[in-house]
Amino acid sequence: MSENAVDPDRRRFLTGTASVIGGIGAGLAAIPFVATFQPSARAKAIGAPVEADISQLEPGGRLIFKWRGKPVWVVRRTPEQLAALESLDGVLRDPASSESLQPEFAANPWRSEKPEYLVLVGICTHLGCSPNFFPSTDAEGMGSDWQGGFYCPCHGSKFDLSGRVYAGVPAPTNMEVPPYHYVDDTHLVIGELEEGAA
Amino acid sequence: MNMITKGLVGLRDWVDDRFPLMQLWNDHMGQYYAPKNFNFWYYFGVLSLVVLVIQLVTGIWLVMNYKPDANLAFGSVEYIMRDVDWGWLIRYMHSTGASAFFVVVYLHMFRGLLYGSYKKPRELIWILGMFIYLSLMAEAFFGYLLPWGQMSYWGAQVIISLFGAIPWVGDTLSLWIRGDYVVSDITLNRFFSFHVIALPFAIVGLVALHIIALHEVGSNNPDGVEIKKNKGPDGKPLDGIPFHPYYTVKDSVGVIVFLILFAAVVFFAPEMGGYFLEHNNFVPADPLKTPEHIAPVWYFTPFYSVLRANTVDFFGVPGKLWGVIFMGLATMLFFALPWLDRSPVKSIRYRGTLYKSALTIFVVSFLILGYLGLLPPTPGRTAVAQVCTILYFLFFFLMPIYTKLDKTKPVPERVTG
Repeated sequence: MSENAVDPDRRRFLTGTASVIGGIGAGLAAIPFVATFQPSARAKAIGAPVEADISQLEPGGRLIFKWRGKPVWVVRRTPEQLAALESLDGVLRDPASSESLQPEFAANPWRSEKPEYLVLVGICTHLGCSPNFFPSTDAEGMGSDWQGGFYCPCHGSKFDLSGRVYAGVPAPTNMEVPPYHYVDDTHLVIGELEEGAA
Repeated sequence: MNMITKGLVGLRDWVDDRFPLMQLWNDHMGQYYAPKNFNFWYYFGVLSLVVLVIQLVTGIWLVMNYKPDANLAFGSVEYIMRDVDWGWLIRYMHSTGASAFFVVVYLHMFRGLLYGSYKKPRELIWILGMFIYLSLMAEAFFGYLLPWGQMSYWGAQVIISLFGAIPWVGDTLSLWIRGDYVVSDITLNRFFSFHVIALPFAIVGLVALHIIALHEVGSNNPDGVEIKKNKGPDGKPLDGIPFHPYYTVKDSVGVIVFLILFAAVVFFAPEMGGYFLEHNNFVPADPLKTPEHIAPVWYFTPFYSVLRANTVDFFGVPGKLWGVIFMGLATMLFFALPWLDRSPVKSIRYRGTLYKSALTIFVVSFLILGYLGLLPPTPGRTAVAQVCTILYFLFFFLMPIYTKLDKTKPVPERVTG
């Protein structure tokens, strides 16, 4: 067979197919290297949804849970506090939560699934400090439009009892509502929208 | 010739028969003809190499005692500073070296702008140089997380969350970069790997390519005259002198002066009043508490100012995303410089008022942006930053126009010394 002349077409075809197959192989081999950058099983386990028992939560009170290294608050609001939320639209930056982070069911004045219970990531949207809880309406120095809420001591951002930001403070958006769902009336799971979704 | 010399020459010839030793030496040193009119600005290339060596050597030594672990990292740096013999010196050399690297690289780049060193036929040298600059920024960013102080932590948090501004993939991308829901031990480990393995390899390789490309086309000079156009009967450029011994000796003087200044900083002002090592970084990282004021180290502040200056939403794109876009563009536009500049001359010496004014405005804007980036924003400062950001970009966007209209002076045939 060695006396056969070189067939350039055949050679080009072989080079071409070898390059394509080799390229695909190299691309596939890159997948594990890219995938190692994903959160590991351990990181995911630490970041897994947490179950919150709110059976002991009194009206007007707050419980704090830890999810993905951040504080998550559950606040049980009184009917008076809920009624006051409706009157605040004029002094808030984003009363309808159109530019803020929350699950779809929480884009409403009370920013929650059940109006009574507020679930919030307790981190200021400005620079990540954790605001203080001032539920009463007569807190000193908070201004005449204060109906109770959260005050960030770092840079003075004010939020109402739905975590909605007041206008004229450094924080740009309302506080984040994490994904959550109720297991029953007194238990909820923070970190996933429905069973097994996260 | 005595026995020892004979032996050494014999050894050299033995190697030379098996490796292009003399050829490499002659191509890059003994027979590399550099223009004879290099001035002060031509020190910063070799100084960048010196700082690179300082960083590599001190870095290797730091890794011997540093622990890339979120629970141990901060303590291991303090251990190096207090308990390891001479550890403080090596650590301060490395931290001062980071700032010194940017000082000499910025001056080296400014030299390019002064004398048109990026213009044909040196476009590829410039592009390789820009890749070195980008790698250096990445190297500095990854390295800054390692001491695991408050500024390390929150600086990384802020910069990684910038990627979150990218539509659709942003959150997934920042999660992928961190490898966790917050900056954590996982992030620290991968940044350590990039800082000590991947980027040093990339930088050393790019520097080699940068120099090979430079020695292929030959160095520019303050007159912007191509010395290869005027060769003597022996084929050597009339305005060139061999790099060795002329520039090796001249550069060693520059290196000594630089090392004196460098040592003065290392010994007397290693923190540089909080500009080289920020005060907040002497507090261990605390994921639950943000420092009052987050500012990057000085060499990133011009770009940080550009980022913050974008406060307006337009074309339906939020200001935060425009900030990320413009910050990226502010670094990337340098790549286009060889094609944006339409001037027939290279050097500032023969350019007209238009380019001189544009370059002055650009440098002043860059410095003001850098200064503002160190400070917390106020409405007044943001307005100034916005004006400077616009001027910064106009330098590039209008360059094809003003370099074409500019009234240039005739360039001499030979260098003027």
